[in-house]
Amino acid sequence: MSRTTVIGTDITAHVLQEVQLGLAPDNEDALARRAQAARRSRKIRVNTARLATFVLFVGGWQWATTVKLLDPFFFGQPTGVVQSLIHWARNGTAYGSLWEQIWVTMHEALLGFGYGVGTGIVVGILLGQVPFLADVLGPYIKILNAIPRIVLGSIFVVWLGLGTTSKVALASVLVFFVVFFNAFQGVREVDSGLIANARILGASRWQLVRHVVLPSALTWIIASLHVAFGFSVIGAIVGEFLGAQRGLGLVIATAQNNFDPNGVFAAMLIIGAIALTAEGLISALEHRLLAWRPKSTSTANSN
Amino acid sequence: MAAAEARQAPPRIELAGVTKRFATPSGSVFTALQDVGLTVEPGQFCAIVGPTGCGKSTTLGLVSGLDEPSAGSVRVGGLDVHGVTSGVSLMFQTDVLMPWKSVLGNVSMGPIFSGRSKTEAHALARDWIARVGLSGFEDHYPHQLSGGMRKRAGLAAALINEPRVLLMDEPFGALDVQTKAIMSNELLALWEETRPTVLFITHDLEEAIALADRVAVMTVGPGSIKAVFDIDLPRPRGAVQEIRFEPRFLELYQQIWEALREEVERAYSRTAMAGAR
Repeated sequence: MSRTTVIGTDITAHVLQEVQLGLAPDNEDALARRAQAARRSRKIRVNTARLATFVLFVGGWQWATTVKLLDPFFFGQPTGVVQSLIHWARNGTAYGSLWEQIWVTMHEALLGFGYGVGTGIVVGILLGQVPFLADVLGPYIKILNAIPRIVLGSIFVVWLGLGTTSKVALASVLVFFVVFFNAFQGVREVDSGLIANARILGASRWQLVRHVVLPSALTWIIASLHVAFGFSVIGAIVGEFLGAQRGLGLVIATAQNNFDPNGVFAAMLIIGAIALTAEGLISALEHRLLAWRPKSTSTANSN
Repeated sequence: MAAAEARQAPPRIELAGVTKRFATPSGSVFTALQDVGLTVEPGQFCAIVGPTGCGKSTTLGLVSGLDEPSAGSVRVGGLDVHGVTSGVSLMFQTDVLMPWKSVLGNVSMGPIFSGRSKTEAHALARDWIARVGLSGFEDHYPHQLSGGMRKRAGLAAALINEPRVLLMDEPFGALDVQTKAIMSNELLALWEETRPTVLFITHDLEEAIALADRVAVMTVGPGSIKAVFDIDLPRPRGAVQEIRFEPRFLELYQQIWEALREEVERAYSRTAMAGAR
């Protein structure tokens, strides 16, 4: 039979084989160690493959532009991107130091995120709790949601000027709808048994929201935060694109106007790093707030 | 203040001519209860048995104040029920523990809702958790407990406000037979301590006779009270597993089953007909 080949190819089959052989208690240690070794080797393989993917992509890019398969004038070059970053870090951008640009954009994105999440949760829960209000406002919210909200950016620049306020407003609006729809749905999904029970135990309306509705909707709300943060960064950058005096969006717009793809990519890299950091923070928050959830059985896949 | 209320004599539950109709989504009217009349004396343990879908749970909803009758009157302690009545606790068929709160958090909800401080509520909750035999599990989340343990936590959560009226909607219906017997014994022991008025709903006649002072049989929908039987088994009853073999228990069982059988058969033929259609 093909038994030997199976054992040879797959380490988990190997472990299974051990189990089938009927283990004495003192063999359990060996089994645990073997399983751990299998996990470690898998992790190493995954990380190696990840690194290889990176090297292949960036190296391929560099190579293709060096041999002029791709025109570096349009496609930029990894080394050029790094040089742009170093240049900005050392000499600053055309609008002041690089850190200042990052700070301005982050500031706008975070404020927009905060306002959007706050109003989204409040309005979502309010409309979820008061069906009359939801019925009255429902169509209008749908209409507002149907408007491509980026065009609001132009209006905000006209209304609120070139400063940070117009960017914060655009980011807030983008974030609001994402969080609002999730909070609203979350409130609708609250177990009616839990509500009835809390009412019998004497909960007031506010206590009901605080102890039952909000925690229950939190799963939905937190799921929306991942997307919402992305939207807040988009809001800030697009806002700066449309008219600003500082910020990463302006840096990108300038690089574009100067036919400097390396500058565009460098700014993209910075934004990507920021977004990844924020994603990590939100995941940590999710972990903390939703600690009560049963551990999923597929933890093996999350390295 | 809640404690002072609890020390007062338990109230009488009176239902007179109670009818409850629901409008179905298709526009027709469904009558769940028809002219229900039932009185539960103060401190009495009354069980309602009936086939599935006869409006037992609807009755509890009316007494608890979660719902209002279409006609007739529901009174607790001589007062008409309007909205959730204070001093009433309801234990549901399903688990209603909040999954995001620990056992301690869940059990202390009652005192917190009635305005006690968190420390006070937690101290009280620890006491009740110990009383239902869950000491050591205060910080566990509901999903980490077995079905029986969740019921214990639910029992503690329902009793912590020392209700004068305890309403129970097939509370142990989802448990296995052994766990159910253990929980029934514990419920009786806890009930003997404070003696609230109890309205206990079940489809299990043995459970009803073993626990209650009175058993009311409900007709299949629209539900109404068909007959009421007094259970004269002496108290304290001891283990519910053993009382089932007493001659008097068997006598009562036969009597009540006579009344109940017809309803069960009618409920069955109705669902069977609906299935055949």
